[in-house]
Order: sequence, then C-alpha cells, then structure tokens
Amino acid sequence: MTATDQPTARDQLTRLWDAPPTFAGWVTMVNHKTIGKRFLVTGLVFFLLGGLLALAMRTQLARPEQELLNAQLYNEVFTMHGVTMAFLFIVPVLEGFAIFVLPLMVGARDLPFPRLTAFGYWVYLLAGVFLYASFLVGSPPDGGWYAYVPFTTSDFSPGKGMDFWLLGITFLEISAIGAGIEILALLFKNRAPGMAITRMPLFAWAMLVTSFIIIFAFPTLILGSVLLEIDRKVGSVVYNPDAGGSPVLWQHLFWWFGHPDVYIWLLPGVGIVSMVIATFSRVPLVGYRWVVASTIVAGVLSFGVWVHHMFTAGLPNLTAGFFGGASLVFAIPSGVQVFAWIATLWRGRVQWNTAMLFAVGTLVVFTFGGMSGITLGVVPFNWQVHDTYYVVAHFHFVLLGGSVLPMFAGAYYWWPKLTGRRLSERLGVANFALFVGGLVLTFVPLHLVGFLGMPRRYYTFLSGLGWEAHNLLATAGAFLTGLGVLAFLVNAVISQRRPMTSSNPWQAGTLEWSTATPPAPQNFSAFPVVTSAYPLWDTPGEEIDPGTTAAYREWAEPLARPYRLRREALQTSELDGEPEAVSTLPQKSLFPIITAVVLAVGLTGLLTDATWMALLGLVLSVAAGVGWAWADGDYAPIPGMVDEEEPA
Amino acid sequence: MLHGVQTPDILDPQGPTSEPIATLWWAMLGVATVVFVATLVLLTVSVVRRRGGEVSEDRVAGEGFAGGGNLVTVVGGVAVPGIVIVGLMVATVTTTAQVATVQGDGQGGDDALAIQVTGNQFWYDVTYPGAGVRIANEAHIPAGEPVEFRLFSADVIHTFWAPQLGGKTDMVPGEETVMRIQADEPGEYRGFCTEYCGIQHARMQFVVVVHSPADFEQWLEQRREAPTPPEDDSALAGREVFSEAGCAECHTIEGVSPRRDHSPDLTHLANRRTIAAGVLENNRGNLGGWIADPQQHKPGSRMPPSNLTSEQLSHLLDYLETLE
Repeated sequence: MTATDQPTARDQLTRLWDAPPTFAGWVTMVNHKTIGKRFLVTGLVFFLLGGLLALAMRTQLARPEQELLNAQLYNEVFTMHGVTMAFLFIVPVLEGFAIFVLPLMVGARDLPFPRLTAFGYWVYLLAGVFLYASFLVGSPPDGGWYAYVPFTTSDFSPGKGMDFWLLGITFLEISAIGAGIEILALLFKNRAPGMAITRMPLFAWAMLVTSFIIIFAFPTLILGSVLLEIDRKVGSVVYNPDAGGSPVLWQHLFWWFGHPDVYIWLLPGVGIVSMVIATFSRVPLVGYRWVVASTIVAGVLSFGVWVHHMFTAGLPNLTAGFFGGASLVFAIPSGVQVFAWIATLWRGRVQWNTAMLFAVGTLVVFTFGGMSGITLGVVPFNWQVHDTYYVVAHFHFVLLGGSVLPMFAGAYYWWPKLTGRRLSERLGVANFALFVGGLVLTFVPLHLVGFLGMPRRYYTFLSGLGWEAHNLLATAGAFLTGLGVLAFLVNAVISQRRPMTSSNPWQAGTLEWSTATPPAPQNFSAFPVVTSAYPLWDTPGEEIDPGTTAAYREWAEPLARPYRLRREALQTSELDGEPEAVSTLPQKSLFPIITAVVLAVGLTGLLTDATWMALLGLVLSVAAGVGWAWADGDYAPIPGMVDEEEPA
Repeated sequence: MLHGVQTPDILDPQGPTSEPIATLWWAMLGVATVVFVATLVLLTVSVVRRRGGEVSEDRVAGEGFAGGGNLVTVVGGVAVPGIVIVGLMVATVTTTAQVATVQGDGQGGDDALAIQVTGNQFWYDVTYPGAGVRIANEAHIPAGEPVEFRLFSADVIHTFWAPQLGGKTDMVPGEETVMRIQADEPGEYRGFCTEYCGIQHARMQFVVVVHSPADFEQWLEQRREAPTPPEDDSALAGREVFSEAGCAECHTIEGVSPRRDHSPDLTHLANRRTIAAGVLENNRGNLGGWIADPQQHKPGSRMPPSNLTSEQLSHLLDYLETLE
C-alpha cells in the first residue's frame, strides 16, 4: 500500500470511536456527545410540556372565578408543572450541557463510565414516561411538586397519583446521582495533561460542586419518599400524627434535599455565564479564585438553610432566626459572582451577540430575584409573604434568571459544537426580547399580588380583592414568554440549513474550541498540554514542566494512535493534571437500556400492586447488574485495523 | 359585596403585629433599590466603555488562579452584602421583638383572649373556650388588645392568616401552634388558608370581625345564650326539617342536635357574614343554593347535596334565619 492509502491515526481513532448509524448502533451507543444531546432534546420536550401546563394555569387565573380548569384539574396541572420543570427539565438539561461539554472542555475523550452515562439517559426517559403515564390513566399526582404530608398519605390521597410521584421521582434520581458521580470522576481524573485543578474552567468548577451537592442531597429525598411510599402501601405510620408520626418530618427530609436542589439548578448556569462573559469580553474572568471559593461556599452553605422553607411551621423563633441568618449569608457568594462578572465586563472589550445578551440578562434577572430571596430570609417578613405569590415571583426570577437564561446562553454559545452551525442572531434577539420581556411582565405583578394577600396554589380567586389586574398582566406576560420559546424553536430548526461554521467562531479560549466543528467522535486525537485556564489564548511556546513532559510521553503520546482496538482514555492526577494511567472504555452495550427497562418494570409492579411484576423486575435488575459488571464492554472488529500488542 | 373584601394588603397593616413588618419591608425596599440601581449603573458603564470585539492587548493571558481578585469583586461581593446582612439580622431581631411584645413569650399565662381554631378540609372551626361559644369561618375579636389563637388541625396542614393583622402560622395535625395578633381599630379583615390542603384550598377563607371592646363583650354575651326557639310556624317546620332530613347527622345546633366535631356549628348561623368558608355572602338565596347542592359552589367540599323539596327548603331557611 502507498502512504496515501494508509488511514491516518486520526481516521483510525474516528472509526474506533464512532457508532454505526443503525438502530442497533443507536440503542447501544455510549458516547457522551450523543447522550448529552439526547438529554438536551428530551429536556426541551419536557420544557415545552411544562410550559403548556403553565399557560393553562395562567389562562385559568387570567380572570377571577373562571372555571376553564376545574379545581381538581388545576391542582393536577400545578403539581405536574412543578414536577416537570423541577425534575424533568432543569436538571436534565444542565446535565446535558455538562455531559456534552465537559469532556471537550477539560480535554478528555469521553466520560469515565460511558455505560453509566447511557443508563442515566434511559432512566431519565423512562421516568419521564412513567410520570406522564399518570395523565393517561387519569390519575396524575395532585399533591404539589413537594408532596407535603399528611395530604399525600393514603388517608387523604387514596388514588395512584402520589404513587406515580414517589416511584417516578425516586427512579429519576438514580439518573442524577449517576451523573453526579461520573462528572466528579471526570473532573478529578480525566483532565488534559497540565490542567491543574487551578486551571480548570469555571463551568467545570460549577459542575464539580454541583455533583457533590447531588450526591449528598438526593439520597435524602429517596429516603423520605421510600418511607412515604411504604406508609401508603402497607399502612406504616411514619408520617401519621394520630399514631405518633410527624408531618413536619417530611418537610425536613424534603427540604434537606430541596434547598441544595435549587443550587443544583443555579450553579451550572452561573458557570455557563462565566464562560460566555469571559469569551465575549475577550479577557479571562476576573477574580477566578474568588469565584471558585464562592461556588464552594455556596455548595456547602446550601445544606445549612433548609428550614427557611418552614418558618411558619411552628418551630421556635431562635431556630428560625438561625436559619434566617444563614440564608442571608448567601448574599456574599452571590455578590462575589455577580461582581466578578461586572469586573470582567469592565476590564474587557465587550462583543455583543445573543449568547452575551442572555449572559448579561442572567446577571440582571438573577440579581433581582436574589434580592427578593434575601428579603425572604428575614423571618418576620417571611411570616407575612410565605405561601403567597411573592414567593412564586421570587423563585421564578431566580430560576428563569439563574437557570433558563444561562441555558439559552449556552445553546447559542455551544451550538457550533452541538450541531456544526450557528443560530441566527436576528431570531436570537427576538428570542431574548420576547422571553425576558415576558418573564418581567409575568412575575413583577405577581410580587405585588402577593403583597395583596394572594396565596399560592389557588385554582381561582374572588373578585373584589384587587387581584384582577395583576393576574391579567401576568397571563399576558406568560404568552409573551411562550412566543420567545417559539422563536428559539424556529431558530433551532432553520439553523440546520445554515452553512457549517469554523472550529472556533468566537475565538474563545477554552479547549472545546480546539476540536473540530462538530467534534470528532474521539474528541482529541493527540492530547493537548495545558498551561493556563484559557489554553487557546496562550501565546505559543509556553514552558512545560519537565515532569509533565515525561509523564506525557509515557502515557499520553501513545494514545494518539490506536495501536490496540480499544477506546482508551487518559487518567491524570487530581490536583496537577499529570498523566498517570490509561483506562479502557466500552464501545457499545445493551446493558444500560436493559437495566433501565427492567427497573421500570419493577417500579410499575410496585405502582400497580402486582407483586409478581415487582419481583420479576427486582430479579431481572439484579441479573442485569451482574451481567453489566461482568461484560467487558463489547468491541466490534473494525475493518482495516489490526490489534497490535506493542506501539509501533 | 362580599364581607371582609377590601384588598387584604399587608402594606396596609392594621395593628402592632403587622405594622412593624410593613415598615421593615419599606426599609428593605429602599436598600434593595439603592443596591440594584448601583449594580445596574456599574454594569452599564462596564459594557459601554470599550465596545467592539478586538482582542485586547492588555489582557493577562492564562490568568486563572494566579490572577488575584479585584477591588470591585471584593467590595461589591463581600463588603456590601456583608453590611446588608448585618443590617438585616438586626432588623430581624428588632422586628420580631416588636411583634413579640404582643406575642408574649408564647407561654400563655396572661389575660389575652384565647380563641381556639381548628382547620378542617375546607373550613375553620372557631371556639371561645372560656365562653363556650362555637362558630365557623369567622373570628370576632376586640380592638386594641392582644388575642391568642390556639391553632389545631383535624386532618392535613392548613394555615390561619389575616394579612392585615399579622404573619401566618400553620395548623399542623398532632400539634398545637400559637399565634397572637392585635387589631388597632374595629373593622372586618379577610383571611386565607395558605398551605395547600386539597381540592378546595382556594375556597377556604375566613373573616376577622374586630369590635370595640364594649361591642365585643356584647357580641360574646349574646352568643353565650342558646338561640330562642322559633315561634313562627314555618320556622318550627324548618327545625323539623333540620332534625329529620339529615342535617343533624353532621351539624350542631345547640339544644337541637348533639355536638359534632366534623362539620361547622350552625347555632349562630344567621349572625355570620359569609358561608362556604368565606366565599359566599350569607343571604337567603346563597344559603338556599348551598344547601340544595354545595358541590355546585365548592366541588369536593365535604357536604353532600340535600334532597329537599322547595317547601322543605323554604321552611328550613326560615328557621336558619332565626339562629343569631
């Protein structure tokens, strides 16, 4: 063969890391980029469903004493709106960004446990289907997304609705916990050579802290939910006050999870905005170490404030005061983050585009929402506005500002890597203006109607209380926001007809922009050596530490050519990023989807009280787990490639 | 116009347990406005001062951990919030103390009027234990004195909240929670259940009727007496309907039916301003419609439709109108 007939190392790696475009390939594939996109697309679908539920609620509340949705239906709709947005949209979409972007950003070929990534997606999809199946059988949960007892015990909610909630959410959490573990492993062990942890991009730091929060918070919700489900199924009395149980215990268990949960929602978006602001200010983010410190502080502090959801539950004033004070402390890490952004904008030279609009929009909207949050930490004020629309307005500002606007920013920013193309800037401005204008029009009046005494979770309201105008304005705003989402959808669809864009259209500084657009399946053929937090902005010829060079030659260099028919990833040390080992990753597997399906079968058996089905699911799940552990990850022969034992 | 239906504005406080909180809000709004406007100004200046996307030459490449903080980040992010936090903690303590001078030490043992309220799906059971008076969905209190509400729940978690009179307290089954409020002037104030409690949570409301102290004493005295038996034939027939047609299975009327805990006490029904837990004006038309089929007005409420002829209903209404 002549030299030109020889496939290059890059081509060989591409063939090794690619998946065949068949149905079997689609079901068994484990690559993080595709799975990340699956999370994003599925998350977008749930966003639209949750949004339709919101529009239904706002239409019902546009005027007093309407009955477009009757009481029972409204209560189901507000419950499922919360469940959809909180569990099926925000976390999966942020996970989707993390799963797609992080390996590219830190210089890794894939996540460290690819079958776990795939499993996490299938569980998410099936849990979403499980929860929405409740609509199909006419029994959606109606106890609120937070499911307070005793209303959600079998005494007061005898139908299947709350069982759907308890089993479905517990199932879904497995997916989140798996992603959390895997992201930690990636960020500690799979960074590029030379990427000391102090050179790790801020989005990666955000996901690091978020993953710790997931691991410490989610199990408590599983515990609380399992106890309630057992109460419902076998009549135990953990939450039954007539038998010595405690309704307030549920609140503690739920909010011990629930407050850190909102930082799971917030921190990734804040990390995305840090990336976008740095790129389009053309300078590294000012105050990197302060931002890292404040992210860690926020993560730890998030576990110390949960009682601020319970100030009216009859706890002693001293207890309330302690947790109120701890809640107020959040102003500091939030303030550091906001002012680091402002300082970066100041120092740099701002280039405007849609991603930057959404990033700066985050800064403004989140700050506004954060301030109403601070007022809620003041205990006597909380006694007045708790459970009113003031709280609804607060958390929608911080959620839309701190989670959703950053998602749009991330979409516009990383669209070239996701799809190879750029989104339209003109539609992007329309998307931004309609969405942000709509959210302001919806939620500013809702602060005010909270002051006028309007409680939450009301399917209708009496006329003459002075709540009419605010509700009507809020409904108009909601539809405006919907138009903004529509603009995004149109933009996403037509973007596929635009030309492919270059590998670094923004002239950004972090590693994902050194890959092809879209990235090759292996991400990196040759591993880069990183000497700063913005490697692509370094002047060439930076000094590399000799220890790193030696380790690079030993571990990283051979991986530039697939001398064994295995997908190989590089492991580096936790703090310094020095190459120290090579790990082998699976190419494809059926176990992720099989395990997810049999778990769903078992849960369906529990839901329907079909003991045989529950036991079958249990047995098959154990079998699937054992099979997964024993399987070596499946390797298919690749034509034209030879399995060598030694590097040439 | 429905009673107690002026706008229940927490910023229009009507007593010493709500006024300090309103004042606190205005102070917080002032500080927040200053901070927010300053932030916006700083942001605007930052983004307009050097526009255009040229790669700046004075950037510090690869700053990462080695590049320090910046005065703006420290001052804006730590110092200013730190000062605000300290101020808000002081405000928390002082406002709580101001509200608590009425609240007392939560130990009871003083002369405040004690009223017991039990939350039910979807109504409030109100008792004056000292006087042996029981009503529903309404609380009568004297102006200018602290009133201690002892709160219970018969089923799920509810809340008892009158926005213009004070902060809210949950009613938790298996526990007793205490809430003390004080109203300055006579008037009527609307209250709401704010802890989602089921299908008709939105129509579980109440009215607080504040009397001058003398009027309150008179009101209470009048309620202590059992209602005088009706003299009118129609009303007497109506009392028969009440006893025979099923109403007495659930509802208490002193001297007519035994005490039932799970339904509103009707002994003083005609004295009430609203029915259906605060959402319907208490007049003959509404009451008749409610009795005929409560599910029309409040589907999911615990009261079933009655099967009365219009003649029976007419007599019953004549009787109920005597229950002052």
